[in-house]
Amino acid sequence: MFLSSSIRRQPEFREGMRDMSSVALGIGAWGLMTGVAMVKSGMSVFEAVAMSLLVYAGSSQLAAIPLLIAGAPAWVILATSFCVNLRFVVFSLHLRPYLMHMPRWRRMTHGYLTADMSYALFTRRYAQPPASAAEQRAQEAYLTGNYFVTWCSWIGMSLAGIVLANLIPQSWGLGFAGVLSLVAIVCSMATTRLRILAALVAGATAVAAYALPLKLNIVAAIGVAVLLCFWLEKKVGLDPDAEDEK
Amino acid sequence: MTLGTGGTTDPWTLAVIVGMAGVTVLTRCFFFILDRPWGLPEWAHRALHYAPAAALAAVVIPEIVMAQGHLISTWKDARLYAAAAGAAYYFWRRGVLGTMLAGMAVYLPLHLGLGW
Repeated sequence: MFLSSSIRRQPEFREGMRDMSSVALGIGAWGLMTGVAMVKSGMSVFEAVAMSLLVYAGSSQLAAIPLLIAGAPAWVILATSFCVNLRFVVFSLHLRPYLMHMPRWRRMTHGYLTADMSYALFTRRYAQPPASAAEQRAQEAYLTGNYFVTWCSWIGMSLAGIVLANLIPQSWGLGFAGVLSLVAIVCSMATTRLRILAALVAGATAVAAYALPLKLNIVAAIGVAVLLCFWLEKKVGLDPDAEDEK
Repeated sequence: MTLGTGGTTDPWTLAVIVGMAGVTVLTRCFFFILDRPWGLPEWAHRALHYAPAAALAAVVIPEIVMAQGHLISTWKDARLYAAAAGAAYYFWRRGVLGTMLAGMAVYLPLHLGLGW
């Protein structure tokens, strides 16, 4: 998308790049660490490069590493990525009116490249979907500028991490940095009492059911936690949307 | 998949990676793939509140408290203190990068210095 010069000529493209550049350092550092974590946990350099370039979703990549190493079946890994990525499903509902004026391949390219920070900056800058052709072009250019910076810093630093990882001895245990980033992401998602409970119950279930074959303990943990929260919602009369407002 | 630096590439892992790229596209574009507007059933909307945190916690907690497939039975494990320090940092200051650095600042001395 950023290859299209008609988008790059819009002043909003530069504006989008500028707004994103302040957070690019953090994104780059996270990419660096993900690159190191992938190689340090036993993926080959080619696999790690392919994962950075294709999957392009940090938390889903980090969550997949232990499952790949354990030889979990593909459907369990894909189901876990899907659950980890569910927040994007919510974002896509929000972005729909902003993108529906484009042909399908074009809006899907934008969608694929729009990760957490681009979504957050874009929807903060434009509270309303475009109402005219000029606004459509401006918004598309801003979004493209946003994710152009994100893509460059994430991919560039991931590749740097993959290269540097080979210089660091395995015994340092730097792969644990990936686990620590996931700790931060779990904490960021645990915003309501029921979500904190869901995380704790899922963690306990995953440990208790660890002996299940095919890494099914992950699937069991998600199922138990979600069903328990559904039951508690009814039992205590908690409304998840109202809880979000707190 | 082999353990250790410079693992070998295998076709199954690459196929899973391509599948995961498909999951990225599917989830990021979910509601604007089709032209006609549509919504999710009510139960799926409610599951969206809990499933992401549950999925990540189910992956991450065993990585902290288990070794060789068993719950660890010692307190001398650097991962416990590093994860606690990371979580504490997160609730104090926020930010993925800071959490990772704070956790590693606890992990590396314990792991390399004391061999925990």
